[in-house]
Amino acid sequence: MDGALLPRPAPADDPMVPRTFRIERRVAEVDGCFTLTLKATDGRPFAFQPGQFNMLYVFGVGEVAISVSGDCRDLNTLTHTIREVGTVTRAMARLRPGDVIGVRGPFGRPWPIEEAYGNDILFVTGTVGLAPLRPLIFEVLNRREHFGKVVICYGSRGTHDILYEKQLHQWRGRFDLQVHVTVHSAPSGYRGRVGSVANLVKIARFDPEHTTAYVCRSETMTRPAVQALHDRGITSDRIYVTLERNMKCGVGFCGHCQMGPSFMCKDGPVYRYDTIEDIFTVREL
Amino acid sequence: MDSNDNSNGTRHTVRRLDRNGLDALTAALQADGRMVIGPRVRDGAIVYDPLDGAGDLPWGLIDEQDGGRYRLVPGPDNAAFAHVVGPQSWKKYLYPARQTLWRGRRDGPRFSVEVPAEPTPRTAFIGVRACELAAMAVQDRVFGVRAHSGQSVGQQQYTDTGYAARRAAAFIVAVNCSRAGGTCFCASMGTGPKAESGYDIVLTELSDGGESVFVAEGGSEAGWALLDRLDAVPAGDGDIRAAERVVDATRAHMGRAMVPGVNRLLAENLEHPQWDAVASRCLSCANCTMVCPTCFCTTVEDTTDLTGEHVERWRRWDSCFTVDFSYIHGGSIRQGGASRYRQWMTHKLSHWHDQFGTSGCTGCGRCITWCPVGIDITEEARAIHDDCHRTDDAGTGRGG
Repeated sequence: MDGALLPRPAPADDPMVPRTFRIERRVAEVDGCFTLTLKATDGRPFAFQPGQFNMLYVFGVGEVAISVSGDCRDLNTLTHTIREVGTVTRAMARLRPGDVIGVRGPFGRPWPIEEAYGNDILFVTGTVGLAPLRPLIFEVLNRREHFGKVVICYGSRGTHDILYEKQLHQWRGRFDLQVHVTVHSAPSGYRGRVGSVANLVKIARFDPEHTTAYVCRSETMTRPAVQALHDRGITSDRIYVTLERNMKCGVGFCGHCQMGPSFMCKDGPVYRYDTIEDIFTVREL
Repeated sequence: MDSNDNSNGTRHTVRRLDRNGLDALTAALQADGRMVIGPRVRDGAIVYDPLDGAGDLPWGLIDEQDGGRYRLVPGPDNAAFAHVVGPQSWKKYLYPARQTLWRGRRDGPRFSVEVPAEPTPRTAFIGVRACELAAMAVQDRVFGVRAHSGQSVGQQQYTDTGYAARRAAAFIVAVNCSRAGGTCFCASMGTGPKAESGYDIVLTELSDGGESVFVAEGGSEAGWALLDRLDAVPAGDGDIRAAERVVDATRAHMGRAMVPGVNRLLAENLEHPQWDAVASRCLSCANCTMVCPTCFCTTVEDTTDLTGEHVERWRRWDSCFTVDFSYIHGGSIRQGGASRYRQWMTHKLSHWHDQFGTSGCTGCGRCITWCPVGIDITEEARAIHDDCHRTDDAGTGRGG
């Protein structure tokens, strides 16, 4: 299936009204994280593009913006990996298979893929940042012949919070994919790599002149990641980052997710770094 | 010009209404099944409430406005529209402060969602000023009703259907301002004081021996058709020339002015020390965002009944001046008053251009009048402007 043939998400009739989805499976991930596999109760397919997010609603509690972390070619399964950090996500963590949640979306600008054809691909991420990036990794591997080297640089705090660890092992087993994993601290005797993700960028093999980098980290950790990429000679126009803001509507009506001139819900959450470089370091913007 | 040609070649006649004619106008709108809404006095201020007739208008009153000050006082003439704008704007009706988005009902592990089907009221807005027409045009872009040339976000992908329906159901009777208020600066924003488009009928109030007469002109076929039904006399050449002079005089008496080039000026001064200076006075009370006719930010509320079986999701006006507005797991992005004021003012005057191809400010002056400490958006912009244009030998002070 060629990329151009991927189903494009259609605007909903009323973007503020959720569709209901039933929880098919719940998988406990690393501490505080869980993955929900969802099916639409109306049986209609759900199309999204890698990097887009949904507004997930828990009955009577509220709504929260969560990136899709499944495969965009599976139109009948919606997968979200969620970390418990607030009221809604804590309530969501208590839901079990058979329970129903509300879904609005997909919203936001996806990771561009065709723009990187012919290039080496570098994924830079850490902890739960792998979840929003996973649909893109799936899709890059689906279209593997269009790219040169493909490298994943992943870091976590310790050895216990490596998200999708089994998946990373599977990817590591492929001959057409470099997977580098590092942890910030490890018990004695740990034989893996210890240190920052920026150090992984230093050792990864790719052609800096022809590489597109996708960074999915917290805002604070995005800066050293971008710095490391610049140090290797990847220019800002070939670096894509994602950002995060409070979102209430997802369609640019509520104003909450603004950063300078952009609405993160529809101009983001994915940005080409050179388009936000000027405002990225302005405090409290 | 005493008549207008429309595309069919039909000639329309500009009319002259007296006070009874104005009453006939509101009666005709009511006869069409419209709720007529206009300015009237409540609690010492002029608000936009339903009117029974033209008699409910604030005849003979004017409003004294300055930073943090608003008083209704008797005016020199017994005029209906000698006041300017009050604390409310038409977004009260076009984008109400509280709206039900949907209702849900639990059914075992499932739940169902229904959107309440509320009929859109047919309305007529009387006394809409040029700055308010401009504000409606701005919100049309925000809510995806009207295309625009904003660069950063492109067109809105979605349309707020409720807003679009309420907007389409409103018949608009505009009024050219015969007096500028103390905090008005529409002339420097290019939005007034003359209503240029976006109305069905426009009135200009003239004083004829102490009593008001209104020069009435259509702006749409529906507007002209209604005027033709009123049995009013045609306006004379003298009336029409007098109406033009009224608007010119208003333009010459603006209480405030915005510095030129404020869009680029603010975008280039996101770290200017003036943000801290204004933060030392700003109470973060959010009044400016509530009275602003273009501010559109909302939040959502989820409510449940005691059984937990029925829920409602509400949308209500929100303000970027609250700390909660930018809350995200871990804390709020805009912790300080300086960054919150900067968000509001740069959004309004600068980033709005990127987003929607227009300024978000129409120069109505409400944010100045209703600021409890009298912070003046034109003065804050001027302080940054003067600081940036100050020559090295100009010495101390802000004179540039």
